Amino acid sequence: MAKKLSRGVAVVGVGMSKFGVFPEKTSRDLFVEAFQELRQSVQKGFDPKDIEAFYMGNFTSDCFENQAHLAPIVASWVGISPVESTRIEDACASGGVALRQGVLAIASGEVDVVLVGGLEKMTDLPGAKVTDALALAADSLFEIPAGFTFPGFYAAMATAYLDRYKADPDALLRVGIKNHENGGLNEKAQFNQSIKDVMISKQRKAAQKGLPIPEWADEMAFLKDPKSNPMIAWPLRLFDCSPVSDGAAAVLLVSEELAAKFTDEPIFVVGSGQASDGALAERASLSEVPAAAKASKHAYEMAGLTPDDIDFAEVHDCFTIAEIMAIEDLGFFPRGEGWKAAMNGQTARDGSHPINTSGGLKSKGHPVGASGVGQVVEVWKQMHGLAGERQLRGNLRHALTHNVGGTGQTCVVHIFEKRN
Amino acid sequence: MTDHALHSKAFHEAIAEDLLIGSRCLVCGNISIPQRQICPNCHSDKVERIETNGKGTLAAFTVIYVPPTSMAEAGYNAKNPYCVGIVALEAGPRISAQIVGLDLNDPATIKIGMPLKQTFVVRGEGESAKKFLAFEPA
Ligand SMILES: [Zn+2]
Repeated sequence: MAKKLSRGVAVVGVGMSKFGVFPEKTSRDLFVEAFQELRQSVQKGFDPKDIEAFYMGNFTSDCFENQAHLAPIVASWVGISPVESTRIEDACASGGVALRQGVLAIASGEVDVVLVGGLEKMTDLPGAKVTDALALAADSLFEIPAGFTFPGFYAAMATAYLDRYKADPDALLRVGIKNHENGGLNEKAQFNQSIKDVMISKQRKAAQKGLPIPEWADEMAFLKDPKSNPMIAWPLRLFDCSPVSDGAAAVLLVSEELAAKFTDEPIFVVGSGQASDGALAERASLSEVPAAAKASKHAYEMAGLTPDDIDFAEVHDCFTIAEIMAIEDLGFFPRGEGWKAAMNGQTARDGSHPINTSGGLKSKGHPVGASGVGQVVEVWKQMHGLAGERQLRGNLRHALTHNVGGTGQTCVVHIFEKRN
Repeated sequence: MTDHALHSKAFHEAIAEDLLIGSRCLVCGNISIPQRQICPNCHSDKVERIETNGKGTLAAFTVIYVPPTSMAEAGYNAKNPYCVGIVALEAGPRISAQIVGLDLNDPATIKIGMPLKQTFVVRGEGESAKKFLAFEPA
């Protein structure tokens, strides 16, 4: 049974850069944007001198920016040296794990005010080099020599899932349509466009160039057209994959007893869990992610909550199939039912289980080390009624974030609570 | 204690000799492929190297149209894709490998559960030529 945190931890401010492609900016520039937005978001203000520790999620600035040892550099850049600053690397879960380290540091009693960051600057490298860099998250001895890529791993899980549950592969496309719909309402999203808008802009571009204007009956037809949506790794197409992105996000954590000094509207971290796993082939089942189920079980136990208590969730939809497996791993839907939920709108903003109201990694973008921290930004916005056109209705009391590294070798889950 | 034959690189050294190796725990009988120095089931280090027959069935697969640099250098691209899969071996464990000898024009015709047998493929030419584990329809 998971223990409660030794003392309460509150989120008192958040910030993020826009996610996208920014050739003129480095990761530290992007983090400055996130940090400045965070400062604005703290209701009663805060002095950066109050920060006692900085945990920063980043996958591989070594490859992307030819820069290791990034945490103290970023700390200096936002003016918080000599605060202890640590880079956390757990592939695409780096941000979520940095958050957990911040939570545990405060719960331990050692520190009261922690800055958690996540950042990645991916788009300076050519596409093939980005694929190679991301592949570093897999087992270089026994997975990479087989010829796997990351889209390939998730594609293989998709074939296992679709076969096991005789699921309709259209469910994958539905996840993409829903997340682009949400991301179209998020000004921070890399693809700030619904699939319908993407279609229309492609038609407009063709018209401007005097080319034949492509016609699609609807979004599904667009997504099934190999010209507009080419196959990357069967059965996953381009629009099943999250993009290559630049971006940064930041969260300010404080001990529960100090929260009122920063804001009258904190949200509390009530559950945190993390688990690991070996290479994909070693797992008993390929149609689920066991470490996600384990991490969430731990987080639910710590929070004293069940999946039914969660009002909305940000899950790690690096590929469309990942969202379908996630909503089962997290207990929102029974095994084999996730694809049906995606088909019948249960995961939409007006559905029973709103998933990825931010647009998810798919539409918001996936600057890998930032993604797990960016998820908390959406939780904050939704819980404070700041989500604009994508705002969920009703009193939102509990939210969950789910961040995955690799194919599920690292999974980290957090549960947040609003009390007023 | 640890036998050189069980080091992590031993697997690829065996592939170079057309062998698919693993390990068997002398305490609990658990089989690992690739081999392990410590049994993941009972944590004993009393493990022995085994050779397997390389028979299995397809557990999951994909056909890759956008290859990593290493596979692009071996001649694969969107017009010449390749299949990679996870094979459930008769010996118990599963393993990742390229799957050859399939018609890739319509991946929907590739069936999970199809019987496979081990083979080996050479990627690269001249001095950079290297042998890799693969499977083909049995
Ligand atoms: Zn054993």
